[in-house]
Amino acid sequence: MEPVRNIVGRALPLARADVDTDQIIPSHWLKRLERTGYGPGLFEAWRKDPAFVLNDPRYRGATVLLAGANFGGGSSREHAVWALLDAGFRAVIAPRVADIFRNNALRNGFVPVEVDADTVASLVAAVRLDPATTITIDVEHATVQAPGVRATFALDEFSRTRLIGGLDDIALTLRHEQDIAAYEEKRPEWLPRVR
Amino acid sequence: MATLSEKVWERHVVRRAAGEPDLLYVDLHLVHEVTSPQAFAGLRLSKRRVRRPDLTLATMDHNVPTNDEPAEEISARQIDAMARNAREFGIRCYPTGDPNQGIVHVISPQLGLTQPGMTIVCGDSHTSTHGALGALAWGIGTSEIEHVLATQTIAQTKPGTMAVTVEGALPAECAAKDVILGIIARIGTAGGTGNVIEYRGAAIRALSMEGRLTICNMSIEAGARAGMVAPDQVTFAWLEGRPFAPKGAQWERALDDWRSLASDPGATYSREVAIDASVLRPYVTWGTNPAQSVTIDGVVPDPDALPDDTRESARRALRYQDLTPGTPMRDIRVDAVFIGSCSNARLEDLRAAADVVRGRRVRSGIRGLVVPGSMGVKADAEREGLDRIFRDAGFEWRDAGCSMCLGMNPDILRPGERCASTSNRNFEGRQGPGGRTHLVSPAVAAATAIAGHFASPSDLR
Ligand code: SF4
Repeated sequence: MEPVRNIVGRALPLARADVDTDQIIPSHWLKRLERTGYGPGLFEAWRKDPAFVLNDPRYRGATVLLAGANFGGGSSREHAVWALLDAGFRAVIAPRVADIFRNNALRNGFVPVEVDADTVASLVAAVRLDPATTITIDVEHATVQAPGVRATFALDEFSRTRLIGGLDDIALTLRHEQDIAAYEEKRPEWLPRVR
Repeated sequence: MATLSEKVWERHVVRRAAGEPDLLYVDLHLVHEVTSPQAFAGLRLSKRRVRRPDLTLATMDHNVPTNDEPAEEISARQIDAMARNAREFGIRCYPTGDPNQGIVHVISPQLGLTQPGMTIVCGDSHTSTHGALGALAWGIGTSEIEHVLATQTIAQTKPGTMAVTVEGALPAECAAKDVILGIIARIGTAGGTGNVIEYRGAAIRALSMEGRLTICNMSIEAGARAGMVAPDQVTFAWLEGRPFAPKGAQWERALDDWRSLASDPGATYSREVAIDASVLRPYVTWGTNPAQSVTIDGVVPDPDALPDDTRESARRALRYQDLTPGTPMRDIRVDAVFIGSCSNARLEDLRAAADVVRGRRVRSGIRGLVVPGSMGVKADAEREGLDRIFRDAGFEWRDAGCSMCLGMNPDILRPGERCASTSNRNFEGRQGPGGRTHLVSPAVAAATAIAGHFASPSDLR
C-alpha cells in the first residue's frame, strides 16, 4: 500500500444518502480476477443518466467524494473501493460510512472521513458554487479543510499509522507469529477441522 | 459480567495492545469464488502459504449456473480459478456437481461446521447468518481474506453490544423473515452500526434453527457488524449427529462449554430495543432498501408523510420502483417470484412455500424460480417430494446457488420487471439492471406467485 499523508483536491458532490455497494459497483463487475480495471463500472447504472453528477465535466478530476449518510452499506465487496480508486478518488466524506466498507477502504489507502451532516452540507454547497474549490484532508491530524470549513474526524491511532506508513497488514501481524502459535496450542479439541 | 458476543470475542483474542485493534483468532474461514481470487493472487505474489488449510473451506455459489447450461465464459474463469487456488493452496473445496456444494452460509450450518462460540469469517456480508448458532461471524473484504489466509487471524476493533428482544408469540402467517423485516423497519438500515446484535426473547427462543438463521442473516441489513442467538436446546438438537459436529466424549465437553456462552443475567448492552411479536404481520418491502417496508395490509407510503431524513430516499425509491403512494400492496402485480438465497432457501423455507403451492398453479405470465440453498437441501426436499409440488405448479426447480439473489449468473430480471423475492436485498438493480425487488417470506412469495399480486396464504381461496 502506498503511504497516504494528505489528500488535496477537488470534490464531487454526490450528496445522496444510503449509497450501497451494489450502486458503487454492480455485481456483474465482480467476475474479474484482478484488483484493477473497475473504474468504468463505478456508479454504472446512475451514470447512464447524462444529468448524473459524475458526468458533469466541471467535476472531472475530482479526488474526494462527498456523500450522504450511510455510505457503502450492503455487500462486503472490496471492489467498491477498487472502483473508486480506479476512477481517481482517494477519500469519501460522509456523515456515516458502513463498517465493512470502512475496513476495506483503510486497507487500500482510501480514506473514510466521517464528519457531521452540517459539515458535509457546507462542503457540498461550496463545491456546487465553485467546482474548483480545493478540499484538504490531513491524515496525520485527521482534519478536513476547505475555505470557510474546518472539521476533525475520528481516525484511530493504528489506522493512522498504517495509512501514513503504507504498512503491509500481513507483515505487521506476522511479527506476532509466536502469539498465534501459542493460541493455537490452547484451542479446544472439539473444534471442527475441514480436512 | 459479559454478553454472549463479548464472551466469544474475549476467547479469541490472540494479542491485545493499547491503541491497536485486537488480533482475533479465526476458527473457520469460508471462501467462495467471487471475492477470493485477488487474495490468492496476493499470497502468490508475496510467496505466502495458507496457514491453516484445515480451518478453511471453499465452495462455489455466487456465479454458478443453477440449470444445465454451462457457465458463461467470464464466470467460468472465476470458477476455474477457485478450483485451481484450492488445489494449489491445499484447501478443501466443494465445487459445482459436488453433493455438498451450495451457498456458503447454507452449507456450513448444514454440515455442522458452524458451532457455538466459534469465530467465523467469509468474504461475504451475510456471514452474520452463522450467529444463529451462537458463533461470532462477520463479513470481510478481499484484503482481509488474504490476511486470514496467511495468518488465521484478523485485526478488529471491538464492536458494541445491542440487544433486540422479541417477546410474545408470533401470529399465524408470520415467519422469521417478517420478524427481521419488522426489526429493520423499526431500527433502520444503520440501526445496528458498530454493534453486534443479540436477538433474545420468547419469540426468538420459539424459532427453529432455520428461522434463527434467517434473522441473523439480515443483521447486516440493519447495518450491524454481526447478529447472534445464544445457543440452547434447539441449537444442540440441530448440531447433534451432523458430519462435523463433535462426537462422543467431545460432544459432552462441547455441550458443557456451549451452555456457558449465554449472556450473564446482569450483563448490559450499549443499546436495547424491544419488539412485541404479537403485533407483527407479513411484511413486503416497497422501496430500495430493506427498511422501506410495510405490512401486506398496508399501502405504498407517501414520502411527504415520512420523517425528514428518509423522504429524499423514499422519493427516489418510488421513482425507481414505479409505484404510486396510496396503492394497496395487494394491488401490485409481479412478473417473477424468486424463492431462494441464504436468507430463505433451507428445507423449512421450501416446505413453507410448498404448503402454499400444493395443488395450485403459478399465475400465467409469471416466472417462478425455486433455487435450493444447497445440493443437500435439494436432495432432502426431493426426498419429501417438494420438487414435484413446485414443478406441478409451474415453478422451475433448480440446482443450488445464489442465482437471482444478486444476478451474477443468467438468472436475472429484465429491466422494469417486478419480483417477489425471499432474498435479503432490494437495492436498485440487485436482481438485474432495472429490475424491481420486493422482499418477502417464502409463504408470501408462494402465495404471490399463485395470486399474481402480493398476497398472503390466507388470501388464496
Ligand atoms: S444468496 Fe445472495 S446474499 Fe446470500 S451469499 Fe449469495 S448473493 Fe450473497
